[in-house]
Parts: sequence; C-alpha cells; structure tokens
Amino acid sequence: MFLSETDLQSIWLTLRLAGVVTLILFVVGTPIGWWLARTRSRWKGPIGAVVALPLVLPPSVLGFYLLVTMGPNGPLGQLTQALGLGLLPFTFWGLVVASVFYSLPFMVQPVQNAFEAIGDRPLEVAATLRASPLDTFFTVALPLAAPGFITAGILTFAHTVGEFGVVLMIGGNIPGETRVASVQIYDHVEAMEYGDAHRLAAVMLIFSFLVLLALYLWRPSQKNT
Amino acid sequence: MESINARFDIDWPGFSLAVDLELPGRGVTGLFGHSGSGKTTLLRCIAGLVRAPKGRLVFRGEVWQDESNWVPTHRRSLGYVFQEASLFPHLTVMGNLRYGQKRAPAPVAAEDRVSLDQAIALLGIEHLLTRKPERLSGGERQRVAIARALAVSPRVLLMDEPLAALDIARKREILPYLERLHDQLAIPVLYVSHAPDEVARLADHLVVMDGGRVLASGPLKETLARLDLPTAFSEDAGVVIDAVVASHDDNYHLSRLDFPGGNVVVAQRHESIGHPLRLRIHARDVSLALERATGTSIANLLPATVAEIADADTPGHCLVRLDAGGTPLIARITRRSLDQLGVARGKAMWAQIKAVALLGD
Repeated sequence: MFLSETDLQSIWLTLRLAGVVTLILFVVGTPIGWWLARTRSRWKGPIGAVVALPLVLPPSVLGFYLLVTMGPNGPLGQLTQALGLGLLPFTFWGLVVASVFYSLPFMVQPVQNAFEAIGDRPLEVAATLRASPLDTFFTVALPLAAPGFITAGILTFAHTVGEFGVVLMIGGNIPGETRVASVQIYDHVEAMEYGDAHRLAAVMLIFSFLVLLALYLWRPSQKNT
Repeated sequence: MESINARFDIDWPGFSLAVDLELPGRGVTGLFGHSGSGKTTLLRCIAGLVRAPKGRLVFRGEVWQDESNWVPTHRRSLGYVFQEASLFPHLTVMGNLRYGQKRAPAPVAAEDRVSLDQAIALLGIEHLLTRKPERLSGGERQRVAIARALAVSPRVLLMDEPLAALDIARKREILPYLERLHDQLAIPVLYVSHAPDEVARLADHLVVMDGGRVLASGPLKETLARLDLPTAFSEDAGVVIDAVVASHDDNYHLSRLDFPGGNVVVAQRHESIGHPLRLRIHARDVSLALERATGTSIANLLPATVAEIADADTPGHCLVRLDAGGTPLIARITRRSLDQLGVARGKAMWAQIKAVALLGD
C-alpha cells in the first residue's frame, strides 16, 4: 500500500474537516459578505478588518485565543458545558469551530467582491419587476454571484486543508479525531520517517496544485457570464 | 384623481431637486433637460428607487409617499426601463420577461392589462425568446427590456433615456416601437430624455427641467412654442405641429400636409391621404419677410402675425413667435433683421420655412 492506514485516516479527516467548514462558511459567510458589500454603515470598516484578521495573524495567536475562549473558563467553553456538549478543544468539532474563524476571510472576501461586482442596477431592476428584497437576493444576487461562490468555496476548502498551527493549538494530535494530514506529516518528520512524510507531502502538493489549477482554468470563463 | 402628483425636495452636496408637479395620468409626458437637470432623479423618486426625505407622491389617488407612508418599489405598480437594458444575464429572454410577469398581481382594470403575448408582439421580439441576453444586439436588448417592463401590466411606464446608450441606427430601430406604445397603450408613460427630437416625436405633455427645478410643464405644443425656455433648447428651439396628409403630387413627388391655419409641401410621403403626421419646424429654419417672396426656391410660405419677441441664446439673435392662423411658429432671426424689418407685435408678415422635419423618419 502506498499510504499507511493512519495516513489515509488523516487524509479522510482532513477532507471531512474542510468539507464541513466550507459548508458552514457558505451559510455564515454569505450574509456577512452581502452585508459588507451593501452596507453604508460606519461599522463596515471595523467588521471588514475583523474578518480579514486571520489573513495576517499568526495561526498560533488565533489558536491560543480560541483555546482560551473554548476552554473550561472561557465564555464559549462555559456555554458548551452548560448545553451539555462538554468542551470543544481536542475534539473534531473544536477544530471545526476554530477553522471556521481561521478560514472566514477566504469565504467572505470573494463573496463580498462578487456581490459588489453586481452593482445596484440588477437589484433595482428586480425591485421594479415586483421582487421583494429577499426574493431578489435568491433569484438575482445569488445567481449573478455564483462564480464568486465557486471561487470562495474552493479557496476555503483548500485553505482549511492546509491549516496547521491552529489545529495544533486547538486539536492537538489525536488519531482519527484531530490528527489531520498536515499534523501527520509533522509527526512523520519528528519520528524521522522521511519516506512516509514524502509520500503524504506529495499527495498534499498534488492536491493543492490540482485545486488551484482548476480555479485558474475555470476563471477565464467568468468573463462571459 | 387620474393625475400623478409629485413633490420632492432633495438637498445633496452639489445637487438639489425641488419639484412640485401635477402630471397627466395618460399619454406620454416628456421629462426634458440637460444632464444634471434632475430629470432622472425625479423619475427615480417616482419609482421609489430614491427616497427623498420630504416627499409626497400620489399616483392616481394612491399615496405612494408622504410623511407617514412609503410604498417600496416592488409594491408600486410601475414598469421601469433603464438607460442600459440591464437584462438578467442568467436568464433567457423569456426568463427575463416572465420574471416580472409572474410576480405582478393581475391589474384591476382590464384596459390596463398588458399580456405577455401583447408585450412580445408590440416590441417584435417573438424570434428572440429562447436566446440569452449576451446573444442579442443592443437594440434587441432594449426592446426586450421594454417588453419586460410592460409584461408586469404596470399602471405607469417610466423610461429613463431608453435610447441614449444606442447609436443612431439602433435608435431608428426602436423609435417606431415606442410610437406603437404611445398609440396602443392606455397607460401613462413618463419619458426622460435630453434629446429634443425624441421628446418632440413621442411626448404629449412636456416638463422642462434645469438645475433641479421645473422651468415649464404643459402640453407639448404649447410648451415648445414658449420663448422663455431658450436656455433649455438653445438651437433646437422649434415647434411641433400635428398635420394630416392632404394630397400627393406624383409629378413632382411632393405631398401636401395640412394643419390648422395652413399647409406645407414636403418630399412625397408613402402614407395615404388623411394619415396623421407630426412635423417639427426648427426656429433656425424659419425666416421672415415683409411680403410674399417671389422668385425664391423656398416652397413653404405662410402668412403669420408676430405674437411675441424674446432673446435667443446668443446676443446677436432673437426669437419671434408667430401665429399662423392658430398654429404657432418660432423664427430665429438676427437682431439686425429685427430692426431692419421693423418686426413688432401684431405685425403681419410672411414666414419662410426652409426645412420641415417629419418626426417618424
């Protein structure tokens, strides 16, 4: 077998994590992107900056704060305990919550750009054609922003696959639960298993390349829509 | 109850709008003015796309806006045609037409109803229905946009310079369809334009705007014959006359067009006798003579009485309004000619018409 059982397990976990995070961010990121694209509120700048923070923040800083927040004495930790969910750190769902924050800008920014690119006109046209604002959002704004959503989905998925620092802070290294591919490679290197590290790293490299290739090959067709 | 009453006050940095208008509830009303005159903003206020803070809008007895009421755009029974066709690119032509049609409540009055088929036929777009907007020409797109606005069976059609983004050939393609709307639809149309020819051709009522103010509002022919609006029209000043084809001269290939108080002869028309035609006579194409000129190639000479004299757009010229047997004419002559001919109110003179523009060509 090319990859070991634990390697495959880590890849499967990584894909599951990235998939769940991408789905959640479609739901969470879309209204944020819409609001940022349409608002004239003075809060646009501050909120936009907060969304963009994970782009520049060291993952360990973000992970540290999330660890504290989700820990036994943190507000989120107390909430999850009160709800009988236990504590999130060192669980798969802890990773999901952390990754949602970590990958937020990769969803929000392309979605926001796509909504901004639509402009006011199609929305005004829809209003003159009797469509309510909610109706307009689903029947005009979303279809017209579809290319931006595909870009956002691919970027979010790929970025979550590639995360390491936040995972290490929040999830640690539990096989099948929080040991994603990037952590598994780190383990191989630590254990001087360079052959295993090479194989898994190559899989990640090829995967990342293919994702970006798909994005770039597909992009020119956006102009015709 | 049938009229449209609009009062808006907007005070934005660098732009203000202050209008208080009563517009007729039928026919085509032209909102005319230069860019920046506020005509488009006025239309957007009527549509509810712009909310003027202190506004009042009563549409045929229905309050659309006052201090305590605000009907959002999607609940106003209107059709809107933007300068660019703005078709939804993700839908076919039929999808675009059906978008508004299936959301609009059925109109109460049967005479106001425009069926989808009727809109398609009026704009001649039967052959385009399955296409995507990207596969249409500019003129076709705008025709689809007009049909889309009509398909909601609006109680008023608002058009914001629907021809301004098109070249002359495309304009010629669309104008006949706009005339058909005028002739065949009962609903009022508010038509924004900065092109005097379009307004003269299509409108029944004219609102002249400048700097966010209304300079004049009245029936088209009367308003065009006013001499106190030269800043708006400058060298396009002129009158519009509704005439009928009276006779054809096959020998010289000419047609005579009659109107109250006179007639003009023009190059032969294909219309049959009795057919109505709208003429435009520019002030710059009318000169004055004390007597009926002989030995001139100008065919159209009309006896007329001087009714009013006013300044033109240049200090060397003035505008003279004439009464040709009930039909007003405007002549643009030099101030020197005015003095040399002794033009004065009440003086009987001959108007020499060098050119007649037939609206509809």
